[in-house]
Amino acid sequence: MRRGPSPFNIAAITLGMGFLYLPIVLLVIYSFNDSRLVTVWGGFSTRWYASLFQNQQLLAAAWVTLRVAFVSATLATILGALAALGLVRAGRFRGRTLFSSMTYAPLVMPEVILGLSLLLLFVSVGLPRGFWTVTIAHTTLTLCYATVVVQARLVSFDEALEEAARDLGAPPWKAFVLVTLPNIAPAVAAAWMLAFTLSLDDLVIASFTTGPGATTLPIRIYSAVRLGVSPEINAISTLLIGLVATGVIAVYLLNMRRRTAGA
Amino acid sequence: MNAKPRLNIGAVRSSFAPWADPLAKPLVRFDQVTKRFGGETAVDAVSLDIYEGEFFALLGPSGCGKTTLMRMLAGFEEPDAGRITLAGQDLAGQPPHLRPVNMMFQSYALFPHLSVAQNIAFGLRQQKRPKDEVAARVDEMLALVRLEGLAHRKPHQLSGGQRQRVALARAIAPKPKMLLLDEPLGALDRKLREETQFELMALQQRLGMTFLIVTHDQEEAMITADRIAVMRAGQLAQIGRPAEVYEAPNSRYVADFIGDVNLFEARVTEDDGDIIRLASPEAPGGLEAIEDDEVPVGSTAWLAVRPEKMRVHLDPPPPGPNRLEGQVADIGYLGDWTTYLVELPGGRTIRAARANASRVVDRPVDWDDKVWLTFAPDSAVVLTR
Repeated sequence: MRRGPSPFNIAAITLGMGFLYLPIVLLVIYSFNDSRLVTVWGGFSTRWYASLFQNQQLLAAAWVTLRVAFVSATLATILGALAALGLVRAGRFRGRTLFSSMTYAPLVMPEVILGLSLLLLFVSVGLPRGFWTVTIAHTTLTLCYATVVVQARLVSFDEALEEAARDLGAPPWKAFVLVTLPNIAPAVAAAWMLAFTLSLDDLVIASFTTGPGATTLPIRIYSAVRLGVSPEINAISTLLIGLVATGVIAVYLLNMRRRTAGA
Repeated sequence: MNAKPRLNIGAVRSSFAPWADPLAKPLVRFDQVTKRFGGETAVDAVSLDIYEGEFFALLGPSGCGKTTLMRMLAGFEEPDAGRITLAGQDLAGQPPHLRPVNMMFQSYALFPHLSVAQNIAFGLRQQKRPKDEVAARVDEMLALVRLEGLAHRKPHQLSGGQRQRVALARAIAPKPKMLLLDEPLGALDRKLREETQFELMALQQRLGMTFLIVTHDQEEAMITADRIAVMRAGQLAQIGRPAEVYEAPNSRYVADFIGDVNLFEARVTEDDGDIIRLASPEAPGGLEAIEDDEVPVGSTAWLAVRPEKMRVHLDPPPPGPNRLEGQVADIGYLGDWTTYLVELPGGRTIRAARANASRVVDRPVDWDDKVWLTFAPDSAVVLTR
C-alpha cells in the first residue's frame, strides 16, 4: 500500500495545472508590472490599476458588461426556471421530447451561428442594435444553461412536498413560494451565477449583436489588443478573472450546501 | 358482505358499529366513483361509506386503486364519474387547500427547510390563526407525539420514527375532519412498526378523529382498523371488520390476500341448510362446512381452511369427513408458531400451523412423517367465487 500520490501523479497534475493556469498566472503577475512594455518585468506596481480607473472607455465598457450580464442573467434564470418547471411538472405532453431537446440545442450550437442568426433576426424586425439586443442575445445563450441547472434540482425535488403544502391549506401559488422555491433556491442562484459569468465573458455573440454605445468589455479588450497590448488590459482582465472566479466558487459552494442540506 | 347472522365470527367483540345503523349518516360517501388514467381504470365505480370516528383501512396490492381513491378524497385527483361527499357536502371541484381533510404522506413530505415546530405550524398558519394559538397548538402536538425537545431540529436531523411522528403531528394540528394516512408505517422497521400501529390506534381513540389508512400490509390494516375494504383491480372485493374479512372471506381472492389459506376445489353434494357437504378427490371422507348461505347442489365451490385451523395428528384419527392424509414435506419453526407443509398423495401441499403453547413436546413431528390433518366444520368457509 502506497500512501499519498506517486511521483507520476504529481508530475501529471503539475503539468496539467500548469498548462491550464500558467497563462492566467502570468497575466495576473504582469498586471502588477511597473514597465510600459508588457513582456518586460519592471518591478511591482499598481499603477495600471490606477490608470485603469482613469480610462473612461474601459470603465464604460465594464459598466455595460455588468448591466448586460445582470439583466440577461435575471431574465434567463426566470425563463429557465419556468421552462424547467414545465418540463419536469407537466408530465408527458405532446412534443415534450422535442421541446426538451430544443431547450438544450443552444448548448451545442456554435456561438457564431447563434450570433449571426440573432443579428439577422434583429435586423429583420428593425430593432436598433445596442444594449437591449446584446441583453436579449445573452438571455438566449444562457437560458438553456439555467434550464439545465434548475431542472436537475427539480427532478430530485419530491413533489409530495408541494402537495403537502396544498393539503395543509396553501393555495398552489403559495405552496410554490413557501415550499418549492426555498428548496430549489440554491439551484436558482447557481443558475443565475452561471448565466452571469457566461454573459460576462462572451465575445462572439456580443460582437454580432452590439451597436453603438453598447461596447462590452470583451469587445473592448479584443479591439484594444489588436492595436497593441496595454498593461491596463492586464489589469482589467485580472479584475474580470477575479469576478468570474468568485462567481464559480459561489456556485460550487451553493451546490455543496444543497447536497448536505438536501439529504 | 355483512356478518353471517348466526355465526359469531372472530375473537373481538365491539359495540362500535355505525355502519350497521341504517339511520347513521356517513362522514364520507364515495358514490359510484370512477377514475381512469389514460386507458386504464384505476378506480371502477366504487361506492363506500366511512363514518365519523371510524378507523377505516383500504387494503390491497400495489396498483389496486387504493391510493387513487385516497388522493381523490384529498383533492389531488378528480373523479371521472361519480360523487364524493364529505359531511353531506359535494367535494367536486374543490381544490386540496379548501378541503377539511389532511394527509400524511408516504414519504412524510416534511418541509426540509423548516424546523419541526414550523412544519407542525404550517397548516395553522395557512388558517391565519393568531400567533399564540399557533404556538400553543404546536406545543400540544409536540407533547402528543412525544417530540417536546426536538422543536427546533430540522427534518434531516431526525430518525425515521421521529420524522413519522412529525408528519403525523403536522397533519393532525389543523384539526381536520378526517386524517388520511398513505402507507404511514411503510418506511419503519418491523419492531417500530408494531409499536406505532398500537400508538396510532390509541391516538385515534383519544382524538376521536376519523382515520383513513391506505396500506398493502394486511397486518397493519387488521390491527388498526375498525373496518377494512379489500380492493382488487379498482374494485372493492369485500368490506368488513378485520375478523369478518379474515374468518368469513367472500371470495378466494380475499381469503388468499388476507393471511394464508388452503383451498380445496370440490363439488357440492348436499346442503341441508346448516351443513354443506362437498366431494373432493383430496379428501376421501368428504368435506363438511357450516354455512348459512345457500350453495346450489352440484355446483363447484372452494372450501377454504386457514392453516392454524388444521389439526396435525401423528396417529390416524377415526375415518370421517374433513380428514386428509399426507407426508410432512417441510417444517418452518417461527418460535411462536410452527408451520408444517404437508404433501397430499395428489402432490399438492397443504399448510398447517400450530402455536407452540408449550416448551416441551411429547412427540415432535419430523420431516417425512406420515400425518393426518383434520379440521372442524365451523373452521371451513365455502366460497363460490
